[in-house]
Amino acid sequence: MATTTITKTEKLVGKRIRRREDPRLITGTATYVDDIKMPGMLYASILRSPHAAAKIRSIDISKAKALKGVHAVFIGEDTKDAGAVPCGASLPGLRVPHHNILAIDRVYLVGHPVAVVVATDRYIARDGVELIEVEYEVENAVADPEKALAPGAHAVHPQWPDNVAFTFHQEGGDVAKAFAEADVIVKQRITSQRLIPNSMETRGVVADWRAADRTMNLYTSTQAPHLVRSLVAQILGLEENRFRVVAPEVGGGFGAKIQTYAEEILLAWISIKLQKPVKWIESRRENFTCTIHGRGHVDFYEIAAKRDGTILGIKLKLIQDLGAYFTILTPGIPTLSVLMMPGLYRTPNISADIVGAFTNCPPTDAYRGAGRPEATHGIERMVDMLAAELKMDPAEIRLKNFVRNEEFPFPTATGLVYDTGDYSAPLKKAMEMAGYDKLRKEQVEARKQGKYMGIGLCAYGEICAFGPSPATPAGGWESCTVKIEPSGQVTVLTGISPHGQGEETTFAQIVGDELGVGIDDVLVLHGDTQLVPYGIGTFGSRSTAVGGTALYYALQDLKATIKKFGEMLLESDDVTFAGGQCTCNKSGKSIGVKGIAAAAYRAMKLPANTGPGLVATHFWEPPNFTFPFGAHLVVTEVNGETGDVVIKRYIAVDDCGNILNPLIVDGQVHGGVAQGIGQALWEQAVYDDNGQLVTGEFMDYTMPRAHMMPWIESAHTITPTPVNPLGVKGVGEAGTIGASPAVVNSVVDALSTLGVRHLDMPLTPEKLWKLIAGRNA
Amino acid sequence: MIPQQFEYSAPKTLDEALGLLAEGAKPLAGGMSLIPMMKLRLAAPEHLVDLGRIKELSYIREQGGELHIGATTTHHEVESSALVRGKCPLLAETASHIGDVQVRNMGTIGGSVAHADPAADYPAALQALEAKIVLKGAKSERTVSAGDFFVDTFTTALEPGEIVREVIVPIDGDGTGTNYQKVIQPASGFAIVGIAVRVRKSGDKVTMARIGVTGLSNRAFRATEAEKALEGRSGSPAEIQAVAALVGQGIDANSDLHASADYRLHLASVYAARALATALGRIA
Repeated sequence: MATTTITKTEKLVGKRIRRREDPRLITGTATYVDDIKMPGMLYASILRSPHAAAKIRSIDISKAKALKGVHAVFIGEDTKDAGAVPCGASLPGLRVPHHNILAIDRVYLVGHPVAVVVATDRYIARDGVELIEVEYEVENAVADPEKALAPGAHAVHPQWPDNVAFTFHQEGGDVAKAFAEADVIVKQRITSQRLIPNSMETRGVVADWRAADRTMNLYTSTQAPHLVRSLVAQILGLEENRFRVVAPEVGGGFGAKIQTYAEEILLAWISIKLQKPVKWIESRRENFTCTIHGRGHVDFYEIAAKRDGTILGIKLKLIQDLGAYFTILTPGIPTLSVLMMPGLYRTPNISADIVGAFTNCPPTDAYRGAGRPEATHGIERMVDMLAAELKMDPAEIRLKNFVRNEEFPFPTATGLVYDTGDYSAPLKKAMEMAGYDKLRKEQVEARKQGKYMGIGLCAYGEICAFGPSPATPAGGWESCTVKIEPSGQVTVLTGISPHGQGEETTFAQIVGDELGVGIDDVLVLHGDTQLVPYGIGTFGSRSTAVGGTALYYALQDLKATIKKFGEMLLESDDVTFAGGQCTCNKSGKSIGVKGIAAAAYRAMKLPANTGPGLVATHFWEPPNFTFPFGAHLVVTEVNGETGDVVIKRYIAVDDCGNILNPLIVDGQVHGGVAQGIGQALWEQAVYDDNGQLVTGEFMDYTMPRAHMMPWIESAHTITPTPVNPLGVKGVGEAGTIGASPAVVNSVVDALSTLGVRHLDMPLTPEKLWKLIAGRNA
Repeated sequence: MIPQQFEYSAPKTLDEALGLLAEGAKPLAGGMSLIPMMKLRLAAPEHLVDLGRIKELSYIREQGGELHIGATTTHHEVESSALVRGKCPLLAETASHIGDVQVRNMGTIGGSVAHADPAADYPAALQALEAKIVLKGAKSERTVSAGDFFVDTFTTALEPGEIVREVIVPIDGDGTGTNYQKVIQPASGFAIVGIAVRVRKSGDKVTMARIGVTGLSNRAFRATEAEKALEGRSGSPAEIQAVAALVGQGIDANSDLHASADYRLHLASVYAARALATALGRIA
């Protein structure tokens, strides 16, 4: 099967190498949480509140307990000592609701866990759930953040009647002066609607407590296994070194699996109580109602500029729909929007105020882009509106205001330092690919024929590679251990936790090039706290930029050791290690990694100050974030009869620094763009006034599908970052961030002849038809 | 899927199935609607009779100048059948618009019509085709016109113990043109509005017009006022516009998250015009 090549000379980084993860995925042999079966395993099913706000008067579990096959039924009272769902983000004056793992006396969202039934199989468990009788005293709910902040609104938490979880102010420069001196000020309310992350695999947990060893094995579909271990062990008072968390195959996360959830704590707690392994698999319905949501902004923007288009300042009032309680990053996400509010522009003066509002909805948290899509949408819409106001071309106003190449590292008014950039390059490239001037002429012709043709630009910047530890709630470094086995084959243990991003391939490429071994001789392992010393996980486009750098430095350590063994074995102090061979520059004699590995483990003789074995571990702390950027250009046509939007062309030019594997980067861009178009045109979590989720199934929540996607013309510019030696910036979220403003700008441009200057997402056909038909939107 | 416990039978003959249904069991065809409802426990039948293994229910045959399509014939089979495409292209075209590939591989014509989802595609075509639906019970068999079959939302002329045995559609000769146009509800794939048109011309005159509408209201129906307005005319663009505007007249249109009543009525008119123009253009 495995070919033993050990040494090779061809460079792997930069090649379109197919993902080594894929064979197990496409042959159905990958192991997901639900594939795990254990002797004596029980199944848990959770009773969830049908009401968005209610007091619990009584719970009768007697019928459920009496059902044959039911082992136990637990309610909130039983789990009182089991702790609460943790939040890692902190802000001054933050009001943190205590969210018990099962509701105790009140429920504050539809889907709030109320009781859990544990049975011999999942069918009985679910039947048991239906036998529990709960008497609720239903209250009015509030599901809209602006309504929640209005006087007299229902208090999501009775102790905080104003529904304000926190306020946050940030400013840079002198925004008052900027606005006083401005020739033009443009204002707009811009929303970024609540979205529901949907990975192919829902969440799931298997907890297996072994009392004799005091060990817990927790298998969970997560992006951050070490974080889950540290938090759940602490919450339940268990010994961390005996608490193992495994993220087996994880079928997508998109940010919704960074959190430590109630079910992870609950399942571990149940396994201890019952001394049995126990499994819970989230249903799709639960995923819609109980897993975190994304976005949920109502933004009030003001942008001040000179007549020539020079942006002087930006003001933002941001209402963040937080939901009813917090998960790991909830209150921190809108602060990322503020950090990125200047976009790629030199804007020296900013002022931002966030109000975090409680609503009777699931918590919002990181969802692909996490705060940056909202910020990019805001600034890119405002710049377009400013251009329209000044009768400037949207490309011209962007090119005029971009941070200039010689200004890097560029300190922003929000306190960041942009690493490197050539911001006009992707925009110019996108315009060249599109034939921008020609398109504008075509648009004039199309308008004469009564067609609604639009050309939309978005120049996006993002903040990635989270991140320096002081800027993150749980450390922003990453670790990697590399072992060259006695056979010369290489095992990598990384602290990141990929679940679709392809690092089993890209990391093997890095190893192949650094050690001069074949890609098939490298195994990349992750997602097991008992295997990997420690790690932060995969999110925020950090895995390659931070985790890959930890790998790179571990490899440098190993290369130094290899060289020492080479010098000893070749009996020379003039040895070069390259292409998998240590070569004596005088004698020309050489020895490969395989021979060196054998000697290092056999240890008949050792170099000075060198121990046996070939293992290196590196924990790497990044000195800064990275700041990828790019430009997307979208041509749309809106059907005047029906309001349907057709994307005629989609051009994405992304600059993510150096590219390790163009095939994987393409995949990330395509997937990201699909999600961004999804937000622009279709997706929306709709709640009614009672806090019931109207879009609670795929029957009503429109996920983008393959046949709804345009052809994506993808290209890149390459501006390496100096932040890490690989020169990589991250690309996991780029497409999502670039897509929604590009699409909306295009549609607004299409309808600008009707006097339209802004449209809120999603751009449903009916919304556009009403505008076109001259009706009230 | 974690439904409530149920008994499951998979008989090989129709008689056996009808016997079980007479005892109160519920029939299962492709499962495209029933299974999701069982998943959510909105439906909890005690006994399911799977009709999928009854060979005598799956066929497409030409007989007496008509096409007979067995109840468990899948959408994919209808869509790809040379016989249906040649003799009743409207039905094949409509089938090709249903759901997605997976749904068309599993879903059946009998299941779709018996379920009578007000946004299903087939009912529009069956109305336009003036199809006949053969209903079979343990001791009875009767034939009902599509017009009489679709009663209300999820409600048909089926009596307890009866199943749809087959659907009979006419074979139109030369001079007939058809088309199905659909506004897709992007999440579910159902029709926000679906318009099936079947028109015949003799010389310059439309001699017959049939317009089946789905998605617009509580049930699929024929837009008879519009039909009458077109018959005897030439089918000019102006006439098409005028006729299309009549399709939703007097209809209490559905309103939901995906389309308000006003927008649905507007779409019905726009898509009726498109379907009429296409169907007229297809007349050989």
